[in-house]
Amino acid sequence: MTKTLIGQRVLRNEDARLLTGLAQFVDDVEIPGLLHAAFLRSDHAHARLVGLDVSAARQRPGVIAVFTAEDMGADWAPGPPLVSPPPTAKDVTFHSRRQVPLVKDKIRHAGEALAVVIAENRYIAEDAVEDILVDLEPLEAVVDLEDAMRPDSPRVHDDLESNLAAHLFQKKGDYDAARQQADLVLRRRILIDRGAAAAMENRGIVADWDEKSQHLTIWDTTQAPIPIRNGTAARLGLSENQVRVIAPFIGGGFGPKMMMFYPEELVIPWAAKKLKRPIKWIEDRRENFYATTQERGQVHDVEIALSKDGRILGLKDIFLHDTGAYDPYGLTIPLNTQCHALGGYDIQNFTTEVSVVFTNKTLVTPVRGAGRPQGIFVIERMLDAAARELGLDPVEIRRRNLIPPTAFPYEHGIIDQAFAPLILDSGNYWPVMEKALEMIGYATFVRDEQPRLRKAGKHVGIGIAPFVESTGVGPYEGARVTVEASGKVFVATGVGTQGQGHFTTFAQVVAEQLGVEVSDVRLVSGDTAEFHWGTGTFASRGAVVAGNAIHAAASIVRRKVLELASKHLETPEDELELEGGRVRVADIPNRSISLAELANLANPLRGAVEPGTEPGLEATAYFGPRYGATAFGVHAMIIEIDPETMMIEIKRYVTVEDCGTVLNPLILEGQIHGGVSLGIGNAYYEKLHYDENGQLLNASFADYLIPSATEMPRIEVGHMETRSPLNELGTKGVGEAGTIPVPALFAQAIENALADRQLEILESPLSPNRLYELTSRKEAG
Amino acid sequence: MAITESTMPKLFDLALTVNGTLREQAVEPRLLLSDFLRHDLGLTGTHVACEHGVCGACTVLLDGEPVRSCLIFAVQAHGHSVTTVEGLGAVDRLHPVQEAFRQAHGVQCGFCTPGILTSVVPFLADHPDPSEEEIREALSGNLCRCTGYQHIVDAVKLAAQAMKAANEQPAR
Amino acid sequence: MKPAPFEYFAPPSVEQAVALLAEHGYEAKVLAGGQSLVPMMNFRLVQPSVLVDLNSIPDLGFIQPGKDGGLRLGALTRHHQVEVDPIVAERMPLLHDAMPKIGYPQIRRRGTLGGSLAHADPSAELVTVSVALDGRFRLRSPRGERWVPAKDFFVGLFTTVLDPDELLVEVELPALPARSGCALMEVARRSHDFALVGAAAVVTLDERGACQQVRLVFLSAGDRPMQAPRAAEALRGQAPTPDALRAAAEIAASDEIDPSSDIHATADFRRHLAKVLALRALEQACRRAAGKD
Repeated sequence: MTKTLIGQRVLRNEDARLLTGLAQFVDDVEIPGLLHAAFLRSDHAHARLVGLDVSAARQRPGVIAVFTAEDMGADWAPGPPLVSPPPTAKDVTFHSRRQVPLVKDKIRHAGEALAVVIAENRYIAEDAVEDILVDLEPLEAVVDLEDAMRPDSPRVHDDLESNLAAHLFQKKGDYDAARQQADLVLRRRILIDRGAAAAMENRGIVADWDEKSQHLTIWDTTQAPIPIRNGTAARLGLSENQVRVIAPFIGGGFGPKMMMFYPEELVIPWAAKKLKRPIKWIEDRRENFYATTQERGQVHDVEIALSKDGRILGLKDIFLHDTGAYDPYGLTIPLNTQCHALGGYDIQNFTTEVSVVFTNKTLVTPVRGAGRPQGIFVIERMLDAAARELGLDPVEIRRRNLIPPTAFPYEHGIIDQAFAPLILDSGNYWPVMEKALEMIGYATFVRDEQPRLRKAGKHVGIGIAPFVESTGVGPYEGARVTVEASGKVFVATGVGTQGQGHFTTFAQVVAEQLGVEVSDVRLVSGDTAEFHWGTGTFASRGAVVAGNAIHAAASIVRRKVLELASKHLETPEDELELEGGRVRVADIPNRSISLAELANLANPLRGAVEPGTEPGLEATAYFGPRYGATAFGVHAMIIEIDPETMMIEIKRYVTVEDCGTVLNPLILEGQIHGGVSLGIGNAYYEKLHYDENGQLLNASFADYLIPSATEMPRIEVGHMETRSPLNELGTKGVGEAGTIPVPALFAQAIENALADRQLEILESPLSPNRLYELTSRKEAG
Repeated sequence: MAITESTMPKLFDLALTVNGTLREQAVEPRLLLSDFLRHDLGLTGTHVACEHGVCGACTVLLDGEPVRSCLIFAVQAHGHSVTTVEGLGAVDRLHPVQEAFRQAHGVQCGFCTPGILTSVVPFLADHPDPSEEEIREALSGNLCRCTGYQHIVDAVKLAAQAMKAANEQPAR
Repeated sequence: MKPAPFEYFAPPSVEQAVALLAEHGYEAKVLAGGQSLVPMMNFRLVQPSVLVDLNSIPDLGFIQPGKDGGLRLGALTRHHQVEVDPIVAERMPLLHDAMPKIGYPQIRRRGTLGGSLAHADPSAELVTVSVALDGRFRLRSPRGERWVPAKDFFVGLFTTVLDPDELLVEVELPALPARSGCALMEVARRSHDFALVGAAAVVTLDERGACQQVRLVFLSAGDRPMQAPRAAEALRGQAPTPDALRAAAEIAASDEIDPSSDIHATADFRRHLAKVLALRALEQACRRAAGKD
């Protein structure tokens, strides 16, 4: 290959349509005769549903139908389990309780759907929702995690003995023995509260049942179109080939669009098939706050044992995890928390035990970070506390514990979110940290600037937080790569895309192999009519799993191209090169043939077929990693706090990321920037406030505070590259790297800035109000 | 059941100019301008993400002023002129601001992008040489969940430079 | 999130607008910029059966110099026009300073001065500033017109003295005496959120440099713009020393506001912020009055 495209700042193929308003999102789908749905949702978090009177709604002009659970008859069934409990781990309890299409008897969270109205337009549908009379018997709500575990707590699911949804115990080494050896044992209680993913595009679904062809087409804002197709077919008694699911342009996913089979995904295709009319449902922002999954609520009781030189001898983390009203997503999040509580550190003795708890709140499934930020928050908080106790520099205590480069692959001896052994495949951690320290000027800041600024009365602080990110988990993804008769290349893959730039990074991978322009590679991602094997976009796996499948398919096509060209040009393959859409003889540039000609030759006419040949310059390939690749990174930040108002100004923000081979630094930086903005939201702005009745008090963008351009600092991004040995491209995922360490970083930097207040932060998210409370309590106490 | 004559809401004969073209339609007074543009005119580039005026995705130009189309009733645009993202440029003829967003990777999922473009175009007309602070201030009414805004800020700077350079070229 | 149905009128004159309001009474809502009303309608928190849209009335949006250095503003003047108007910047720096703090840039292109005042949100900058600047409002109804001082206009949470058939049509702000200075200080979570608390100070110094007149008004500190007459009285005739200003801020924050708790801040934190911001606003207003800033 004469040039390499991997690692170039290639501009995006998909942008022109997005920039001109022509890219199709789900709500842009228009079909003649399209009807519109609106859901009646519960105002109560916990109640027994006594009855629904929909007669007035059905009478309203413009209303086509109103459906309740009763109307669904035998078609009413809870959604399928998405992730089963780990088959191998011992000591697992797991009670699977899944979301229902429409509430039949008991309401388990505010916003749960009770009925659906199908009408000529959304305005009328919303009018009719107000016509429905609800008869219910309110029950005491289960809101607080610890209260939920009390024996006398009301129960979210009456058939269970308690609100315990799952329990999982894992250990490596012998924590108790390590504790005996320790010079210092610290115990802390750490609280992490809920936030929303809040993608700019709300969820939506359009379902179109064609009675004549007996075919169902669904446009869905899903991160996982293939499982939606398969599951929908199964539910509706159709063949998988009768259902096509299209995930067109998606306006941000961040995890919750992965949650397969939201109630609306169960109801809308069902109603479209029943009415034989196309139906559109577009979630509005208020619904998004109640009905789209959320994350992060946990309570940790942590103990860390150290030697006096700051080596971690052992860690014990007993925690509660809030799963909301149902638990279709299994143990993915708490497993991630357990794995990431170890950070990038060499910890030999670890005991961890999670109790997953049902509450009368919106369901919990992964949100960008998916349990990792909580784990990192726990270990980093404990290390900061330990550093203070031992009189060590926060950087030094981390340096002493980071896994050395010689120890990879590093097997932890517990299982990860995919139930595979937790193995950190590769890395070189300390140099990443050194680079971050250098970029932010740590030594100078701590030695010169901070003392000078403190003397001038300024409250400035620095934080530096390393983290690991498990990425690129299985099972597998696939792709089909085709050189078309035009010489342009078509790629089909199943993952779905929500803005990550797959149309470009995947095209780079293909263009690299086939010697074409990136802009000549057209990708379809997330249309089951084009490719129907695979899972979805989650767990920072797109570039790793789908990327390597595409790489594999493109490599096969390359071989086919060379083989055919070799025959045609009468030159051995190793003397051929692919460039500019042509195959040429290396030393004789004018002896060449275009990919277009080769594509035509590969689709032979009658009489030209040799026995055994397959037509086309096409290949399908799959990639399934044995286990996930683990990325590493460090964030560092300098802040100034106004100690009177507790308003924070971020002066510098640095990230250094090692995610293996970088496909496109421009896109990578974008991923980091966006991840950090969610992380800053999680750390300081965004909190879902539930009251004691399970009511969400801030279900709007006016009160749920997403960082805007004026809150975000400029982020300086550095890269290091340790290739993953687990895949050909050497990639590791990066989708969640921006988010994971930010709450830990904020806590550290704020403590440092308010060093004169002796503040210890053991919770996230923070706010000016909370910092005021914490510092006032300190002063009063 | 179809909407019958007797229960039909009173409709308003709306006439307005959208992207330079006169459009006429009878609409219900409560129809939001955002819905009118998207669903009645098929101009689906204007996106709707909050419908309470915070996120800015639905921003359009009303007589050249950037406004939230989710907070204006279509009837209020009667006799006025609306420009949507579709009116700024085309795939093969991007507006300089659109081109700058491509160059600087100011787009990820692209959902907030149309509202950002319709906010940035009038901003740059008033501030041809903006500081980073002014740019961030101008973007403060547009939420983006993907980019952390940095590449958007870069794109606005780049657009300002490109437009300045174009203006400084002598007319031919 | 689609609004409930309503009947829509876009009268071409104030006379016809107030006649419609008189006809429909409490059923009707006035639509000015709509930047507060329409979100509430989209959430269906309000469902007026009649909307009277003022945007077709010519001459309701204007900025004119008032007599003796004051300022007259039409109720339909958009925030953005106020923000960029040179006469406002010159004559009413407090108003000029307040404008960029209101909502977002796009909201200010559409939102109106009169709409914001009539909405009477106690966390709104214009509500507070109109009181701090001792403005007065011209109200029109089919029965005639009356002038109401800003300090008497706001009577409770989202509540004013406006009768159902009455329309706020004009705002008059008097000129400030010589040796006056103003400041508005706020703490908001994000730059354009409603402030957790804000304090507006208008200070006039006498020839010796002592405080001749002080007005201190808080936003988000009670059910209406909260004035602090006792703090002002405590400063009258005093030199604006740090101790005197701090004492005044203390009086105001302790005794003259009534903040409440919500998800963004406790009443206790708001009271604390009120003290901090009152002091900062007084300090800056005094510096400006003394020509030092």
